[in-house]
This record gives sequence, C-alpha cells and structure tokens, in this order.
Amino acid sequence: MDMQGSRQLVVQQQEAWEALNDPAVLKLCVPGCKSIDPDGENAYKFVTGLKIGPVDATFKGTIKLSDINPPNSYTINFDGNGGAAGYGKGTAQVTLAPKDSGCELTYTAHATVGGRMAQVGQRLVDGVAKQMLELFFKRFNDEMLRRHPELAPKDASKGGGIPKWVWIVVAAAVVAGIIVATR
Amino acid sequence: MGANEFVNKPHIGESVRRVEDARFITGQGNYVDDIVEAGQKYAAFVRSTYPHARLTGVDTSAAEEMPGVIRIFTGKDIAGKCGGLPAGWMIVQVDGAPMKEPQRPFLAIDKVRYVGEPVAMVVADTKEQAQNAIESVMVDYDPLDPVIDVHKAANGPALHAEAPDNRCYKWGIGDKAGVDAAFTKAAHITKIDLINNRMIPNAMEPRAANATFSRATGESTLYTTSQNPHLVRLLMCANILQIPETKLRVVAPDVGGGFGSKINVYPEDVGVVWASRALNCPVKWTAERSESFLSDTHGRDHHTHAEMAMDKDGHFLALRVHSDVNLGAYLATFGPAVPTYMYATLLAGQYKTPQLYAEVDAWFTNTAPVDAYRGAGRPEASYVVERIVTRCGWELGLSQDEIRRRNFITEYPYQTPVAMQYDTGDWPKCLDEANKLAEVDSFDQRRKASEAKGLRRGIGYSSYVEACGMGPSRIVGQLGARAGLYESGEVRVNPTGSVTVFTGTHSHGQGHETAFAQLVAARLGVAIENVEVVHGDTNRIPFGMGTYGSRSLAVGGGAIMKALDKIEEKAKKIAAHLLEASDADIEFENGQLTVKGTDKKISFGEVALAAYVPHNYPLEKLEPGLDETAFFDPPNFTFPGGTYICEVEIDPATGVVTIDRFTCVDDFGVIVNPMLVDGQVHGGVMQGIGQALLEEGVYDQETGQLLTGSFMDYTMPRAINLPNFRIGTVCTPCTSNPIGSKGAGEAGAIGAPPAVINAVLDALKPLGVNDIDMPATPFHVWTAIHNAKA
Repeated sequence: MDMQGSRQLVVQQQEAWEALNDPAVLKLCVPGCKSIDPDGENAYKFVTGLKIGPVDATFKGTIKLSDINPPNSYTINFDGNGGAAGYGKGTAQVTLAPKDSGCELTYTAHATVGGRMAQVGQRLVDGVAKQMLELFFKRFNDEMLRRHPELAPKDASKGGGIPKWVWIVVAAAVVAGIIVATR
Repeated sequence: MGANEFVNKPHIGESVRRVEDARFITGQGNYVDDIVEAGQKYAAFVRSTYPHARLTGVDTSAAEEMPGVIRIFTGKDIAGKCGGLPAGWMIVQVDGAPMKEPQRPFLAIDKVRYVGEPVAMVVADTKEQAQNAIESVMVDYDPLDPVIDVHKAANGPALHAEAPDNRCYKWGIGDKAGVDAAFTKAAHITKIDLINNRMIPNAMEPRAANATFSRATGESTLYTTSQNPHLVRLLMCANILQIPETKLRVVAPDVGGGFGSKINVYPEDVGVVWASRALNCPVKWTAERSESFLSDTHGRDHHTHAEMAMDKDGHFLALRVHSDVNLGAYLATFGPAVPTYMYATLLAGQYKTPQLYAEVDAWFTNTAPVDAYRGAGRPEASYVVERIVTRCGWELGLSQDEIRRRNFITEYPYQTPVAMQYDTGDWPKCLDEANKLAEVDSFDQRRKASEAKGLRRGIGYSSYVEACGMGPSRIVGQLGARAGLYESGEVRVNPTGSVTVFTGTHSHGQGHETAFAQLVAARLGVAIENVEVVHGDTNRIPFGMGTYGSRSLAVGGGAIMKALDKIEEKAKKIAAHLLEASDADIEFENGQLTVKGTDKKISFGEVALAAYVPHNYPLEKLEPGLDETAFFDPPNFTFPGGTYICEVEIDPATGVVTIDRFTCVDDFGVIVNPMLVDGQVHGGVMQGIGQALLEEGVYDQETGQLLTGSFMDYTMPRAINLPNFRIGTVCTPCTSNPIGSKGAGEAGAIGAPPAVINAVLDALKPLGVNDIDMPATPFHVWTAIHNAKA
C-alpha cells in the first residue's frame, strides 16, 4: 500500500518537529497506542491495539528514524508484529515546511501487511488506515491547540488547519503501516 | 460377469434414492469434528505470515504460560526425528534426471516457504485456549524476497537448496522431431496463449484431524478428513513416523467434500498424531475457514502456449504445447503427477492429431502447494485443446461443430501419440445429441433477440475426453507412481442374508453407499436396505487406494463385482449340495438358486444360513462361511467423453456474463444410478463455471500474501449464476472393468470451462475481442471490450 499527502498544521515548523519527536504526544495521538518508549537513539518501541474488520490484535514493534534533518525531514522505518494476526511494516518520508501561519507536513509512505490481516482484512486496510490517519491528525491538532492556546482560531467551530504531521506518517506508519494494504 | 449381462440386472440404471441422505439432511452425519474422545485436547497451528523467510527464532515462553497450554511443538522438536511429507510420484526429466524433491517437514525447521505454512503447534485443554496461545508465540523471521510468478521463478531467490533455479522438473512427452517436421508442412498454424487460473478448493467441510494414542498398546488412531485413508496410513507409517502399519489406524468417517484437496497427507494430520503420541492424550485440530484458504492444496495454475498445425482443410497435423506450471512451495502427494501424466496424456483430446509434443516446466513458488482439484490435469488439458480447436475453426472460417467433426476419432480402440489408448466412445454421436438438446438450430434467432435488447449472445463448444479409473498399476508404475492403483472389495454375506460390503474407495459426497448397494442387490437379489457399505477405516477394510480420479465405480465397483463372482460361485456349490444337483446345473437369478430345467430351488438367504450353520454342508470340499475379498487392477484407464454446449448472453455495458443455456451430453459408459450421475455432472459443471467466470486464487506479487483469503474476495458460484442444465447421455460400455462404467465425478469440471470461454469469445468477437482469460469477470469482460475499441 502506498499513501501520500500533506496537511496544514497550526503550529510553527519547529514546534511541529518537537511534537513529532515527543513520545508523549505520539502516544496520545496514535489511535490505539498503549505505549511508545525510546529504545536507543532515534528509535522507539511501541505497543498498539488495532482492529481491522475481524482482526483485532495487539501489535508490538519498533520505529526507527533515519535521514534526520531537523526540523525539516526524516524517514520513519516501522515494523509491527501482531503474532498470528500478522505484521505491518514499511517506511515513510516526512517533510515539514513553513506555510501560511503554520507549517505543512508532507508524507509519502509505503507499507505492507502480512498474515491474517492481509488475508481477511486487506480490502478493509485502506479505509482503516485513512480513518486512523484522520483521527491522528485530529488528536494532534487538539493537542497542539491545548499546548498553544493562542493559536486557536477565533471561530472555534472551524477547527481549521488540522495539523499534518510527520506523525501522520507515524500514524500512517504505526497505524496505517500496520494496517496498510498490501497493494 | 461382464457389462452386457450386468446392465440388464434389476436396480441397474435405477435412480435409487441416496441411503446416506437420511443422516446427512437430519444433522446425524458423523464428521471428524463431531468426534470427541475422553480427555480430548486441542491443537492450533502458528502459521507463517511471510511467504519466504529464514526462521531465526520461535519464542514460545509467553505462550507456554497461558491458561490451559500443555505443550508447544516447534520445528526443533521434530528435526531429525520425523520424516518429511513425501510426494507420491516421481517424474523423470527430459534429460533423464529425477525431479528435484525437497524435504517437507510438518513444522518448518529453518525456513518458511509460503504464507500459512505451519511453524509451531500448540496443544491446550480447549480449542479456545490453543487459539489464544498461538497469538503469543513470537516468531522471528528474516524475510527473503518471495517468488510468486512462475515466469520469474528461474531468476528468483531459491526456495530449496535442491533446486537453485526453482525448477522441480522439465518434462516432455511425444515426438518432438515428428512435430517439428509436421509444422514445416502445415498450411495453417493456429497459436494460443492461455492461463489456467489457480483454484482454491473450498470443500464445505474444512479439514480436521483427531488422533488418539494408547501407551499400553503403542497404537494410534487418526480420524481425518481424507479421501484415501489407507494412503495416509501407508505414507505416515512408511515415510514420516516410521512405525509399523499395525500401530496406526486411520479412519475417514463422513467427509464433506474433497475435490482432490483431501487426497494429501497434510502437516496437521502428522502433527496431531505426533502430539498425541508425545503427550499420551487425544489431540484434535479443526481448520478455520481462513486456514483452509491458506493451507489446503490449491489447484491448476498453468501458463500455456500451444500451436496447432493444420492442412488446408483444417485437418490437424500436429500439436505443440508448452506449459509453465506452479507447484507451490512443496510437492504435494499427487503434485508432480497432475501437470504431467494426468495432463499432457490427454492433449490429443477427441481428435486424430498424428503428432503431438508437450513440454512442462514445473516451478516452485512461495505459494500454497498445488495438487489435484476436480479433474486434476485433465481440465487443464481440455482447456488447451478445446480453446485451440475453436480458435482453429475461427481462423479457418469453420464452425465449432465442423472443425471438431472433421477431426474426430471414429475408430476404437485408438492409440494416441501421448500414451493413452481410448477403448470405446462415439464422439460424433455425443456432438449430434448435444446439438439437438441445445437447440443449436434456433441459435441465430436467439442471438437476434439478444441483440435487439442490446446484449451479445455467444455459443461455445467443448468436446472433452478424460482418463479416469486410476488406474492400471503396471502403467502408472512406469509413469512414476510409487503405489499401485488397484482397489479392494470385500463382500460379507451375514448368516441371515444381509450383506456388508467393504470398499477401499471413500465416499465424501458421491453416494457410494447407494450405488454399491445397487451392485449387490442386482447380483444377489437382496433388498438394497439389507446391504451396508463400509468404507474409510483401515481396520475394517482389507486395503484401498481411496477415491479420486473418478475411479470408485470403475475400479472399486470392479473389485466388488469380482468378489460377487466368488460369492455367486460358492453359493452355487452350496445350493448344489442342498438341492442334490451338480454345481454346473445351478442358476442364480433374482435371489433364487434353481436347478436348471426344474422347479427345484432354494433362496439365497437359505444358502447364506447354511454357510454359517453348516449342519448339512459339504465340509470336506468347501469351507463354511460366505465372505469373499477381491482386488481389481484394471487393464486400462477409462475414457469418459462428450460434448458440452454453453450459450451466454453478455451485457457489453457492464461486462456481466449470464449463462443462458448449458447442455451436457456425456458418455459415462454403463450408468448404475442416473440420479447420482446427474448430481455429479451438476456439481462438476458448477465448479467449471466457477472457474470460468468467478473463481481465482490471487497472491500479491510483491508481498506474497494471499489476497483471496476469504469468501469476501474469492467468489464461489451460487445458484443465481447457473441455468437449469440440459443433460443427456450416450453409452458405449467401457471394456476395462466388469461394470462397463467410465466414471462421472470430474467430467463437468473438465468440459465446462472451455465451453464457457468459447461462448464468451463467440459473443464478443463482433466487438473485436480476440482473447480473454479466466475468470471472465465483469471487469475482465468490460476491459476486453474497451481495449478492443481502443
């Protein structure tokens, strides 16, 4: 499965970068994430729950960051194992660049899934990945606004420029990647 | 007794209702999963999620702590202690070398080679506990690139050290030089490229196995969903566990469909026996439907190029065929034989094709092992032959009827250039009858009516021949079979005249309990309800090779007929003694033994009683009892054949293909029970139509994952996809068995696919569509129409 896209974030590039590298933020924002802990330099261990149609399992895995160019870009390599439920793994390139009052996150992800997820869930994976990505960005945006209340739009109902993050990729990676369809 | 005498017996040709149905339709069947032993434990298998990877570790520690878990077995537990799963056939390559035959342990030891391959086996107190525990077995894989496409196999990473280029064998049959010479003289050459799509069998009952063990006697019993329990016992004892056959009883009770997917000795069969012996308790495994998709053997998966050389009048001169075939990751029990001897030997079809050469490259890929699937090799052959024959007619401007008629074999016996000798048939007559039943005369009117509605109508022919009745042991032995293919039958007349028949064939939907009872009732004059047919238990049946290849009536029935000959002969001797006549003067008819030309007679029941209560009995000449066993090894295969005509209507706007008519005229030789035969034809045609229009097993080329792993993604044919079939028969009795029957179990799946695709192409021809692969789904049809426009 290949995913790509971009999101406007309300925060400045540097703030976005920091948040995307903060396990506490990620744990909060990645749907189903039970833990995400540093595991050596530029690496994390994660445990996340994931449900795709009939497949409902806990995935454990690692995230490794490479090609790090703060606060502009990095590559995420993720690998999650759900035991009999299968696996998800892949890579995502994430870049941040200033845009309008905040910044823009652009991501390109390639992920594969295996095992039962691929067998019975593959037609559901794209949809689930997309859904999780949306949820990630919503949570991320909410968290950024909580941390930076001054950025809240005057008309709260617009909720606008939901941050798009490198972590979209992470979300895409951890979440989507795990889920990602095998296309 | 021969066929000509036999067909006139009572009950032969009678649609006797299936005696087994009362239990099946009232939920009283006894399937493997219904069997629960005292102290029953349950197994679940951890299966590879990768198509190709080195196994770097299997961590069972967390799973072992889970509730109810008794033991977890991994490849390390069996390495060096247990033989691999053997292939039943050896194929000799064109250069004389044996095929590559890698080991296949029942749990992966150092490498996994397809998604779904068993990696570890958990045994727990309950099924749920076992399944929960497999989630906690952590397997470390070092992934390797998978080989999925046969065309890329030669240059892909090697699955097995034994086959560095992933080729299991290159095999050929026929006269290559003769074919080459014939092609130089051809007035016209027709070429075709075909894919015979991968099938996933999907028997209604998933596979299951339950093994018990007695430490006191050292005996194991394996209840398994098998089409051939004696073969399971033979291979498991001789090759895998290396224990005497006396220590393993294999029982295949009621089995809900096989279609070839249950002829294998499977890893799970071995696993439960291994675990029950190690743990001294009964261990059961029942497949989930998802496991069936991944781990049952698949079928077909051929990529073929064929060329036909003809003279200017459309007479066939020579056929040249090359197939790349996908064997999957390992050799299944019949895996190597299906795309060779069961395939290329049928490429002559119903036609006089003086020269024929076929070559097969068989490849290992990171997909589930491929074995027999209803027809097993013969559907692949008939698809090649019937597609190219229709194409020949198309290119020469001859009708589908005419190109066939012009080339039909009309004299029998007929020796083909590829080993088979057809004994009997009347193929022009099958074609004539099919034309009549299908009302081909009025096809043009129907086509116009369809066109008036904006639809495209097409007609497709398929005149198939197949080889059944496996098989003559001497011949199959020369071809590479590692077992004989005779059959056994025991007829036990009980003291009060009821009869128990023991057959080495196995019924998993065919209706043997009815058809074989008809044989006995016909011969001995006993009521059908007084005949009990026993099958599927190695402790009760003398021996047997099981049921596949439409062999049961022709070969298994042949053995029962031979046993009945012995029963009749002995009964006559007993009657002669009781009636004070000479043996030669006794006639046996309708259950009565009569002294020729007199009214002196005695019933068969009285003779049976005398045999077991031998107070007045020629004990000095004759043993008491009336129980006879026979083995029957046929001198030749049988050759069912016929013509199928399919009529389709296609909506060019959507690509939806509707089968409007489907006509079958088959020559099955002598038919014992027409209702059972109709049922076989219906089921076979349905599976053939499923292959042609709906079904396809698809692996992702990059990741090697099975994409069609559930009924959401693998389309099974349903009643709505089918018309009412028009069925007719022609009978030329088979000469190689006492019944004269040819076998009907696979014909539909063999004859139907090319008839459907020929019809689809006939309908699409005016739109410029020249070719289409199976399955002709709406998407494929619509795409073909639009590509033709472009």
